[in-house]
Amino acid sequence: MSIEVIKPGLATSVQDAGRAGHYHLGIPPSGAMDQFAMRSANLLLGNAEDAAVLECALMGPELRFTQACRIATGGAEMVPKIDGQAHPNFEVLEVPAGSVLSFDFVRAGARLYLAVEGGIDVPERLGSRSTYTLGALGGYEGRPLKAGDVLPIGQPNTGTRAAVGRRLPEAFVPRFAKHYELRVVPGLYDHLLEEETRERFYQEDWSVASEADRIGYRFKGGTPLRFIEREPPFGAGDDPSNIVDACYPIGSIQVPAGSEPIILHRDAVSGGGYAMVGTVISADMDLVGQIQPHQKVRFVEVSLEQALDARKAYAERLQALRVALGQALGDARDQALGQALD
Amino acid sequence: MSQQTQQAPFPGVFYRRPSPEAEAFVSPGDSVQVGDTIGLLEVMKQFCELKAEVAGQVVSIEVDDGDVLEAGQDILVIDDSEGEA
Repeated sequence: MSIEVIKPGLATSVQDAGRAGHYHLGIPPSGAMDQFAMRSANLLLGNAEDAAVLECALMGPELRFTQACRIATGGAEMVPKIDGQAHPNFEVLEVPAGSVLSFDFVRAGARLYLAVEGGIDVPERLGSRSTYTLGALGGYEGRPLKAGDVLPIGQPNTGTRAAVGRRLPEAFVPRFAKHYELRVVPGLYDHLLEEETRERFYQEDWSVASEADRIGYRFKGGTPLRFIEREPPFGAGDDPSNIVDACYPIGSIQVPAGSEPIILHRDAVSGGGYAMVGTVISADMDLVGQIQPHQKVRFVEVSLEQALDARKAYAERLQALRVALGQALGDARDQALGQALD
Repeated sequence: MSQQTQQAPFPGVFYRRPSPEAEAFVSPGDSVQVGDTIGLLEVMKQFCELKAEVAGQVVSIEVDDGDVLEAGQDILVIDDSEGEA
């Protein structure tokens, strides 16, 4: 059983729950940028929650299925078409043998997750099938898909197979906007900012630049940030936004030269010499991956306690999704999930 | 007269020419064949060539050089009635 790539789309890659535990060695987690959407598509279909899926950014691929196969989508709204005929998102669909699956243009959100029963069966690398393009690691030959690729599909779990037509409960269907709020815990280096700049950062709209990808989301349009003039410490670069090299958390916001903030995402470099003025909370990182270039965000300052509450609410919502789809897991799996989010 | 509107396949910045000094790929009145490049759409550090989906004469171009387009936004109108005669 396999899938042939006729057209790859814009940036389609194999992703799963990610490659946790190697970031200290410079290997980022990778994995679906919108973890909730990836998991919802898998759970809807009856797959293991963390089965490898295709992450399709801004434009869907065109795929031919060599055998009949059930699929489900999550995340962005791009109407799936089977041999040209439109079908709903967030629903289990059957693709007949030899049929071509394509997608209409994206109506909302930025990344669609295509789950196929059995999952995309590329080899695991360091415990994950996720593609880390910069490191040419994992996924399909370590890169986004190209025309002519043939993707292997795993054995479906027939015991949990979902019926064709099963729909994601309405409460879990994503609602996308054109303006978003992203919650941020300030620090660790915001003390290097001038006070006025620090306040204004949270009061202005910032537009996603077209250079937004899995490594980082760059923003434009706000007033440049001013760092306090100082003698650079030994080991730091000359620009006031430089620091002595430090670890970069996923979600951290750096502002090179004070001009354009960048949120690091799941394919990020693990460290460097730019001051981080804050970190987007883990519960909002899925949303970052669904913001289209040129859409606007407002950064909202929250405390660490609020961030932890939001994290708890996220975990509870995921658990509610599992229960709703009849796949509640045991405690051990939940703990593993918690670690994957760290 | 049959007019076909071609739309942006994904969101991005639209460019009518291959470089700032170059001639536009197409202008109103030009004839295009299927697969001719009609413009560039830039997103995520990638420039994607947009190809004409039908053959015919360019009636109008609905967007300006450097415009930010949403997915599905109209880019240009092609009159493909010649081939039907």
